[in-house]
Amino acid sequence: MDNNFWYLFAAYTLIWVGLFVYIFSLAGREKKLSEEIAELRTTLEELERK
Amino acid sequence: MAGPSSRYRISPFGLICLIGIIASLYLALVWAPRERVMGDIQRIMYFHVATAWIAEFAFILVGLSSVVYLWLRERRWDIVAHSAAEIGFVFCCFVMITGPIWGKPVWGTWWTWDPRLTFSMILWLIYVAYLMLRAYGDDMPQVKQFLAVLGILGTLDVPFIHFATMWWRGLHPESLTMTPEGFGAGMESEMLMAMGVASVTFTLLFFYLMARRMALERMRDDVEDLRERIENRQLERLDA
Repeated sequence: MDNNFWYLFAAYTLIWVGLFVYIFSLAGREKKLSEEIAELRTTLEELERK
Repeated sequence: MAGPSSRYRISPFGLICLIGIIASLYLALVWAPRERVMGDIQRIMYFHVATAWIAEFAFILVGLSSVVYLWLRERRWDIVAHSAAEIGFVFCCFVMITGPIWGKPVWGTWWTWDPRLTFSMILWLIYVAYLMLRAYGDDMPQVKQFLAVLGILGTLDVPFIHFATMWWRGLHPESLTMTPEGFGAGMESEMLMAMGVASVTFTLLFFYLMARRMALERMRDDVEDLRERIENRQLERLDA
C-alpha cells in the first residue's frame, strides 16, 4: 500500500496546483485588461481634448 | 491602475472559499477514517466526486444559458455560457486526471471503456471543441449561435454520465450517496461529511470563479467599446 501514497499525493497535487494556476491566470488576464482599458481611456481623452 | 497588491487581494467570498478548502482538506486527509479495502487511495474520491459534480453542473449551466441566449440574444447569457464552459473544462480535466490515478492501483489499469468513463471523455471532448470554437472567433453572431447549439448538445451528455452506473454494467463504482437505502447509506458518516464539505466548497469556489470570469468578459467588452469609440473619433477628425 506504500506505493499508493504516491498516487494520492499526485492526485491532490494536480488538483490544487491546477486550481491555483487557473486562479492566477485569471488574475493575470484581469491585470492585463485593466491596463489596456486605462491606456485606451487615456487615448480617447486625448482625442476628445484635441 | 491596479498594482501587484490589488492583483492578489482576496474578497470576503474568496476568503470563505479558502476556509472551505482548508476544512475540506483536513476532513478528507485527517478526519475521515481509512477505507478498509482500498486504504488511503480512497481519499482521492472526496475531491474526484466534488470536481465531477462541478464539471456536470457547469455544463448544465452552459446548456441553460445557451437556451436563454438563443431565445433572447442577450450578450450576458453568452457570457454566462462562456465562463461556465471554461471553468467546467478545468474541473473536467481534474476528473479525467484523478480518475485514472485512482483507477491504476484499484483496477490495475489507467483507463477502461466503462460507460461512465466513456461519457465523461465525450463531455471533455465537447468542452475542448466548445472552447476551441470560442478561441477561433466568438465575435461573429453565427459562431455564437453555433456555440449555443453545441452547449445544449453537450448538456444532453450529462444525464448519461450521471446515471451510467445505474443504466449499464461497468467497472465504475455505483453512487454511495444516492442509494435505494437512503442518502449516504453506503458510507460512514465521517466519509459522508468529508465528501459533503468538499462538494459544498467546490460549489462555492465555482461561483467565486464564475464572478471573476464573467467580470473578465465584461472587461473585454469594455476594451472593444473603447477601441470602437477611438476609431470613430479618429474618423471624425479625418473627415473634418
